Amino acid sequence: MSDAQELEIQTESIDDGVILRPLGEIDLNCAAVLREGLRQAQDGQPGRVVVDLGGVPYMDSSGVATLVEAMQVARRTSTKLILCAMQDKVRSIFEIARLDIVFSIVETAEEAVSQ
Amino acid sequence: MGDPSTEPEVRLEMFSQPKFLAAARALVGSVAQRLGFNEIQCGQISLAVDEALCNVITHGYDRRCDGRIWIKLWPLVADMPGLKIVIEDLAQQVDPATIRPRDLNEVRPGGLGVHIMREIMDEVTYERRSGGGMRLTMIKRLRPVQTAKSPAPPTSGQSELNHE
Repeated sequence: MSDAQELEIQTESIDDGVILRPLGEIDLNCAAVLREGLRQAQDGQPGRVVVDLGGVPYMDSSGVATLVEAMQVARRTSTKLILCAMQDKVRSIFEIARLDIVFSIVETAEEAVSQ
Repeated sequence: MGDPSTEPEVRLEMFSQPKFLAAARALVGSVAQRLGFNEIQCGQISLAVDEALCNVITHGYDRRCDGRIWIKLWPLVADMPGLKIVIEDLAQQVDPATIRPRDLNEVRPGGLGVHIMREIMDEVTYERRSGGGMRLTMIKRLRPVQTAKSPAPPTSGQSELNHE
């Protein structure tokens, strides 16, 4: 059995990019799945990558680190990286790490797409 | 209870495999809930344990999957009720003084684990085990109302050694 089967990522194309919807807990066991999803989304240098975290009830620093990597790629490629729909437990780790002021975080996917 | 000389009330032994992190989190969160911690506190305590285990797996055992990790839990019921968590391993030993949170002003992947543990828990202590490996002791006191800690001052120029 793969160690990384517990995270599913759905994707949706939008006018200027893509929405990623990870579904499941993100920890050291499956952060690589998120990393690969982000890599594929950012490979084409889209105008916007939205990560909808509404289906993520838990994230540890492995997931946060993966999103920081994606943010660094986004900055290099002038792509918008927007996080949305964070659950309270997930928002908590961003606040503890003081990354809530570094990322672009909005409430809904609609807001992320129109921003 | 809570006396380190006594047997823990709950004990979990696991291999250094990330696929078991969810089970460890569930166990610790469940025990914390039964001791009276609220939902947010239970989630945070589980996160602190997760971060500690990730450090053991990633740095201590260098991602080897055959390392042993022991998680021991003691309810604290004296003057300051709470939960004491001890995580032990047989991984490489490091100087506890070098295990420090990194500068949060430096935005980069990784290196957040120790900071997160120290923000969440009331006490975090690393020591070398006499029989090899490391011992991490964390204590979370039970309070009726969750109080936010003041942010730790930036530790500019300090970086973690070996542990995140």
